[in-house]
Amino acid sequence: MKVAVCDYRAGNIRSVEIAFRRLGAELVDDVTAADLAVLPGVGSARSAMEELRRQGLDDALRARVSESRPVLGICLGLQLALEHSEEDGGVEGLGILPGRSVRLTEGRVPRMGWARVDGTAYYFAHSYACETPHATAWSEGIVAEARSGSFLGVQFHPEKSGAAGARYLDRVLGEVRERSLSRA
Amino acid sequence: MAAGRVVKGVRFQELRDVGDPVELGAAYSDRGADELVFLDVKATLEERDTLVGVVRRVSEQLAIPFTVGGGIRTVADADSLLSAGADKISVNSAAIASPSLITALAEKLGSQAVVVAIDTEDGRVKTRAGTTETPRGTVEWAKEAEQRGAGEILLTSIDSDGTQEGYDLEITSAVAEAVSVPVIASGGAGNARHVADALEVAQAALLASILHEDPDRLTSLREELRELGVELRDAA
Repeated sequence: MKVAVCDYRAGNIRSVEIAFRRLGAELVDDVTAADLAVLPGVGSARSAMEELRRQGLDDALRARVSESRPVLGICLGLQLALEHSEEDGGVEGLGILPGRSVRLTEGRVPRMGWARVDGTAYYFAHSYACETPHATAWSEGIVAEARSGSFLGVQFHPEKSGAAGARYLDRVLGEVRERSLSRA
Repeated sequence: MAAGRVVKGVRFQELRDVGDPVELGAAYSDRGADELVFLDVKATLEERDTLVGVVRRVSEQLAIPFTVGGGIRTVADADSLLSAGADKISVNSAAIASPSLITALAEKLGSQAVVVAIDTEDGRVKTRAGTTETPRGTVEWAKEAEQRGAGEILLTSIDSDGTQEGYDLEITSAVAEAVSVPVIASGGAGNARHVADALEVAQAALLASILHEDPDRLTSLREELRELGVELRDAA
């Protein structure tokens, strides 16, 4: 299984690569050729989006999804897949996933720490959250997972969620292997 | 930490060597720690290279979030630690000396990666591992740190540090009420009741001395916390 993690200077690329390597995936650089492309990300939406464009990764990811080839977005990577983000005075996203990201208004922000998704705890660290008709799982009323075509996005950090996170990523690799993520 | 080893003292004094940071980190992760915090108390230039090495090893071996602090004075310092695999960086003395550092870090890394650590004694901030007094009030500084982009406040009571006699709930609740970012209580954990009390006023509680003697204490502590009604995740 070839996995390409988009390296666009937006945070924890290394943790994501290590997590996939532990699961036996082969890390490759070619985002277009990989079996699974991963868009990780922490930090600010505007600078992340600018860097994606500068490297041409925006077109590469859109092309993958239009060909029903799997893309996984994590945290900011999920938010960048949306059409629009409220962050940094408004940022246009990749438009892979219908919806927009909005600033969290309830509770302490940033929302940091472990929270349950369908009974299992994962690690979250975010100030913005998705509003999308394509949500498939929630955590404390916040979109935790969304799917559209061959795109799968998670708000939490599976690469930082211990054994539960590793199991989640292993299931994603399983979906890629069985092509169920492409068919969705 | 100091010189690549885990050390722990009482009220920031009499530091003792208690082990290897990666081994201890793994032991805590296996026993259900939600996060790890590595603070280099020496924070010299040579230490920073050591710190990057520790961060690389930790990120290779563990899959839970961890914060690193000690000697971070610039955005580039912080960036090198995040690139090595840290999830958050913690600034303390350098932020007091130059509060705009917090803003610069938050803009570059995002607030969720920026922890401002505050060492407090008698309601005032002390820096340089508790050796230097400042004119800053703790609550006032916490509010300013939040306004400048801190994503979390790590509040250590010097009076309570290493005593195992309970967290300083008074200053912790004062800070938690004044800011809307998460507050991590630190200093003084001696039993499950102390931790449960801290979690009533803060969003997280840091443990050090109580665990460094015996990492297995974390397993029993988690059971005791559950009995006290504190909700914890299943770590396995």
